[in-house]
Amino acid sequence: MNSDMELMLGNEAVARGAYEAGVITVASYPGTPSTEITECISKYDAGEVYCEWAPNEKVAAEVAIGSSFAGARSMCCMKHVGLNVAADPLYTCSYTGVNAGLVFVVADDPGMFSSQNEQDTRFHALSAHVPVLEPSDSEECIRFTKLAFDISEVFDTPVILRLTTRVAHQRSLVKTGPRSVPVKPYKKDVWKYAMMPAMAKKRHLVVDERQKRLENCACGLDEQNVTIPNVIEYAENSKEKVGIITYGICYQYSKEVFKDASFLKLGLTYPLSEKLIREFAANVGKLIVVEELEPFIENYIKTLGIEVTGKALFTNQGELGTAAVRKAYYGKDPDCEKLGEAVAIPPRPPVFCAGCPHRAVFYVLSKMGLRVCGDIGCYSMGAQAPYAAIDAVICMGASVSMAHGMTKAMAQCGELDRQKTVAVIGDSTFIHSGITSLIDVAYNKGISTTIILDNSITGMTGHQQNPAMGFTIRNEQTVATDLVKLANAIGITDVTVVDPFDMKAFREAVKGATERDNPSVIIAQRPCALLKYVKYGGPAHIDTEKCIRCGSCMRLGCPAINKKEDGSIVIDPSQCVGCGLCFGLCPKSAISK
Amino acid sequence: MKSDNLNILIVGVGGQGTLLASKFLGAVAGMAGRDVKVSEVHGMSQRGGSVITCVKIGEKVYSPVIDLGEADVMLSFEQLEAARWIGYLKKGGKVITSTQKIEPMSVVLGQAVYPANVIEGLEKSGADVTAFDAFSVAEECGSGKAVNIVLCGVLSKLVEDIPEEIWREALKKTVPAKLLDINMKAFEAGRNR
Repeated sequence: MNSDMELMLGNEAVARGAYEAGVITVASYPGTPSTEITECISKYDAGEVYCEWAPNEKVAAEVAIGSSFAGARSMCCMKHVGLNVAADPLYTCSYTGVNAGLVFVVADDPGMFSSQNEQDTRFHALSAHVPVLEPSDSEECIRFTKLAFDISEVFDTPVILRLTTRVAHQRSLVKTGPRSVPVKPYKKDVWKYAMMPAMAKKRHLVVDERQKRLENCACGLDEQNVTIPNVIEYAENSKEKVGIITYGICYQYSKEVFKDASFLKLGLTYPLSEKLIREFAANVGKLIVVEELEPFIENYIKTLGIEVTGKALFTNQGELGTAAVRKAYYGKDPDCEKLGEAVAIPPRPPVFCAGCPHRAVFYVLSKMGLRVCGDIGCYSMGAQAPYAAIDAVICMGASVSMAHGMTKAMAQCGELDRQKTVAVIGDSTFIHSGITSLIDVAYNKGISTTIILDNSITGMTGHQQNPAMGFTIRNEQTVATDLVKLANAIGITDVTVVDPFDMKAFREAVKGATERDNPSVIIAQRPCALLKYVKYGGPAHIDTEKCIRCGSCMRLGCPAINKKEDGSIVIDPSQCVGCGLCFGLCPKSAISK
Repeated sequence: MKSDNLNILIVGVGGQGTLLASKFLGAVAGMAGRDVKVSEVHGMSQRGGSVITCVKIGEKVYSPVIDLGEADVMLSFEQLEAARWIGYLKKGGKVITSTQKIEPMSVVLGQAVYPANVIEGLEKSGADVTAFDAFSVAEECGSGKAVNIVLCGVLSKLVEDIPEEIWREALKKTVPAKLLDINMKAFEAGRNR
């Protein structure tokens, strides 16, 4: 490594690339694996880059679009499912094009490390006719991000920079460069920017012409210094050897597995380069596509009438890796260590942290036997043991509307306990897309109960500010969305604010709300235990003289409370934060500090 | 072992400090003039789940991820996690594990049993195992959180072609100045084991 190189996270490198490209506006909603991009952007000087956490990805995209129209290079970042929320503006700003460069960074999550599905962003791109660049390491994250802004301006189009988890969350060596800021003058142009039918019909023609230019550029016809980073590496005697077409992280896996193959590495995975693919296919032996998720490239090659193998070898489920690619092609199992004798290894899924306010919520809901529509956030773990309290999880905001649908359906079907349906949604998720759902409940005379888990932060993605907190991404004080007044304003007057750690009061609040024949909101307020200002004053302990080993405290599912081999129950001082939730559950008052 | 082709797997429980260990090893590799890639797990798994971080060092590194049978050495913060990920170790590879036990929720709830014979099982597998209570060692150095640096200290002795000085310099660059003393002690405690 040269001394001027540094080891940089893929997401940080995207931020760096955008910074060097002169980005002026970045608006995003946090979502694994994309979150760190915008966090890194926020560390640049506020005088150079404006950035914000928007309430959701649609808003973020529209902020970036407006900023691009105004003449400033702009970017919005999201995870794959976030693009569904931002799809509406994406599809139409493909028609308007841009003024200054506009980049959508979309991070897919093959393997679902932290997601609810494995959708493939390239199909959105195809449908919206928006080009897709895919970097394979941090150096390319910088280079391709800069190129994305150039392509955006030269071709008058938004550009998607697609990452996957393994690119976003790998560190590799980069060399940084200087920042230069190309600003464009603002020019009013309704035929370009105001999409009504008459204008949109004309712009659709422009989209198709642009598509042809992009395809030609992908085939090697450079425009204004834009060279598409599709690269062919031929092996010696290539016609007798395998030829691999791949991109992104799959390129890195393939380079390790196929030592003797030729490679067509695609930097641009949409539109695909017909010329390069035909040329490559003609110069190699067996043609193979290594791609994760759907057979996007493979299907295209098949439409060209070229024989190719892809998904016949490699699964569309989860992520690939060197072992999977090697096994699929060579049929060879990895030569690895195995435990000498059978040791049954219990799984270790993520759990609510010690001190987590959600634990109290799900402990109570589980005991009450309610139907619970869950949502996206740490609290989706309420579906796991020991609570098993959540019945359904779909997407951001769906808890509120699903609970409304359930109660309506049950009323129609004559179910008497229809009211025993609640929605559980975090503060950030509620603002993201629960508000419109709650308006639906009120407007359409619903009777469901919405429990907002207000932990004063966006938790799961690693602590980002949100509008209910009253702080911006750069921790400047701002107005805070008042959740009680908001519920009142849309017509819900049955609102209770309660501390979930007061489990009796919380239970009463839920019981009362679900018995009343009107829509209700319960705001369960207690900050995330991982916030620095939350201090519970150190670990508790169990008085073994008093403890009768009944296990009441253990039913909380707290990682700090363990049973020893001799049957005694102990609190692990390295994990316990001293929140005190277990104190009241002990019939012998054996737990204290 | 040598740094021209060295795959290091770091396993533990979310919150134990695997990310700092990978940053440290990345810095070491960089200062030793090697190519290096690191793969981390962020998001959901950090909430007390099983976590795995990969550090790959060599002349030229492609994939940032260590797959089944590809690790030369595994640093493990918790013994059950060493067992869980043993398949990622090359045959006869090196395991450096703390004997610390953290019970997964299934064990806490009585739905599963924490296996009693983990270290033995690892040894019988053919792996070259170094097991000790790195948590206590770290505590003696001033902080239980320095387990990561204790384990890296043990590793430093095994990598023949990177001088001790580089490890020390890299550590200075990786940890905050006010914690350098504790971490330097932890590194030495590991290295001198």
